Amino acid sequence: MSRRRASRLLGVCGVVGAGALLLLALGDLPRLGDVPHPYAARAVPAALSRNTANVISSVNFDLRAFDTVGEEFVLFSAAVAALLLMRRFHDEEGRDRELGYGPRDVWSAVNLVGFALLAPTVMVALYVIAHGAVSPGGGFQGGAVLATGLHLAYLAGDYVVLQRLRPVAVFDVVEAVGAAGFVLLGMSALFVGDPFLTNWLPTGTLGELASAGMVELFNVAVGMEVASALVLLVAKFLDQALVVGRDGGDG
Amino acid sequence: MIADVLVAVFLLATAATGTAVALTREPTRQALVLSAYGLVLGGLMVVLQAPDVALAQVAVGTAIVPLLVVLTVAKVNRELGDRDDGPEDGS
Repeated sequence: MSRRRASRLLGVCGVVGAGALLLLALGDLPRLGDVPHPYAARAVPAALSRNTANVISSVNFDLRAFDTVGEEFVLFSAAVAALLLMRRFHDEEGRDRELGYGPRDVWSAVNLVGFALLAPTVMVALYVIAHGAVSPGGGFQGGAVLATGLHLAYLAGDYVVLQRLRPVAVFDVVEAVGAAGFVLLGMSALFVGDPFLTNWLPTGTLGELASAGMVELFNVAVGMEVASALVLLVAKFLDQALVVGRDGGDG
Repeated sequence: MIADVLVAVFLLATAATGTAVALTREPTRQALVLSAYGLVLGGLMVVLQAPDVALAQVAVGTAIVPLLVVLTVAKVNRELGDRDDGPEDGS
């Protein structure tokens, strides 16, 4: 009893303390769009000098591309570790349940909306990846939207269609290609005599699809990696939740 | 001015939905409330002029994470249910 009260007291102290510190810190924040930040004052001209309309993409994939390599491999290793943890153990092999439901068990409105939104969402995702150097978004965002969009098939109740939409073996390869591709693209600079991750390609015209040089290629590599990592992760969860059963075949 | 109001509205909504997530105890329901919270957080990022982050937040925070939680709960419930029932064919 007293131990429970003590832990509750500790929790309240933590919440109040953290809240007070956050409120204190809030007062010191610059107002939104008010004071030019020294980094922003330098990043924007640097991005424009390389014809990258989306300054955030320029920071992520050109000015600080090295940070993004690290970030990408954080995601890659996290996904690989999760996939490893959720692999099928010996006693789970050959214990596939029959799927307990199909499209007919879902409200037809949900079914309709799911399939109606699937193609547009995937298109938006590809657009966001392709225009990463030009408009808000890029490889990370587009990849996440792509993975989400594909799972609309599952929302519509059709796990079988989802399985055909995202062959796991293909996404396995795409994830590795995306992760390795980022580093190999970065190393391509070495062959023209520039440092690792230099934006050495011609940068084209500001605001056009083929602009910003390497930034767009990096975006595509990251898009492949992020989309595949999320698809594979959800695929493992779906496999464990829907297919693997304790007693084989008693769907 | 309007921007300030919008930011204030979304900040309050974020606080409200965030509290709702913490106060919801049942995991499946919590996943759905978390999804709503993620959407509000995405809106806050949009009014704070960070559409890049908002896109990723909406895709991951409102769709992927709640889905993973719901699937995990389904798996755990089934495993526990199977254990309670014992083997069907008697032994």
